[in-house]
Amino acid sequence: MLWSLTVLLVFQLVGEAISLGFSLPVPGPVIGFALLLVALVIRRGVPEDMRTTATGLLQHFSLLFVPAGVGVMVHLARLRDEWLPITVAVVLGTILTIGCTALAMKWLIRMFSAKGDA
Amino acid sequence: MSPKLTDIWVYLSTTPLLGLTITLLVYQGAFWIYKRANFNPLLNPVPISVAVLVILLTVTDTPYQTYFDGAQFVHFLLGPATVALAVPLYPQLGKLRRYVIPVVGALLVGGLVAAGSAVGIAWLLGASDTTLLSIAPKSVTAPIAMGISEKIGGLPSLTAVLVMVTGVTGVICAKYVLNFLKIDDHAVRGFSIGVAAHGMGIARAFQVSEEAGAFAGVAMALTALVSSILFPLLLWMFGQ
Repeated sequence: MLWSLTVLLVFQLVGEAISLGFSLPVPGPVIGFALLLVALVIRRGVPEDMRTTATGLLQHFSLLFVPAGVGVMVHLARLRDEWLPITVAVVLGTILTIGCTALAMKWLIRMFSAKGDA
Repeated sequence: MSPKLTDIWVYLSTTPLLGLTITLLVYQGAFWIYKRANFNPLLNPVPISVAVLVILLTVTDTPYQTYFDGAQFVHFLLGPATVALAVPLYPQLGKLRRYVIPVVGALLVGGLVAAGSAVGIAWLLGASDTTLLSIAPKSVTAPIAMGISEKIGGLPSLTAVLVMVTGVTGVICAKYVLNFLKIDDHAVRGFSIGVAAHGMGIARAFQVSEEAGAFAGVAMALTALVSSILFPLLLWMFGQ
């Protein structure tokens, strides 16, 4: 647990250093995530301790959104002023995104597997 | 309140302990309700916790910054948690390789529709520039969306709120949209929820099936990776 947490932080730290050092647009944790994936591929497997730690950390993933979410109180005025564009953009945009992604993937799987069968 | 109680309150309200403890207590209460309601998407614990905390802070006249001094310890975990997403992704690499063309294609379509529809609709309805820049990465997972927002000139904290509202909307709507479109492949259902509704979509997809959850995880990770490269690039190309 302690070892895995340390490994996660080291990957994040290396990610942050790369992001800052090369002025990359990609946030540090995402680089850390990609590096960890590469490390797991090289190692050909996930250590048990790492699996336990990751599962524990991701189990209540949504809890981690709460402190930032409470930041809504700072933006109440803006949300009140622009409630119409924000609400319509979020609701309609999200429905469109789910629908278009699903249709694109379904269509591509059909194309792709038809080619594979032939 | 007796003077003694006031003294205790004055002391406790300035330590990080209170903000951290209250966050954990409120979230667990909200999660208990969510569980009792059989994971009904309308009772997602995040918006409920946020609403309760905002009311508590407003009533006690506590500034957000004071609260965040304590809650930042939870917030901090978003970084290592993002790195940890590589762990559930690893066992899916084989399946992912077989689906590589549909996944990449759907990712590009979904990512463009997510950002394009949000910015387009908000712009048509007269949103301000700050709101437009903050709403663009709304379908990307919170830590990365906030990073993107900061890089392109939005307000990270406003983005966090919009990401959260998007997550809740996606979790509520997904089932109806996907049933309407007659999508029955769980890989496709999970992937589209993950592209549109990030971490909250993953949690929801895992309740449907392992396959849906895994593909939602892949979708969130890839959306994060591609968005964090494409957004600043697009902004740079169109010159602010």
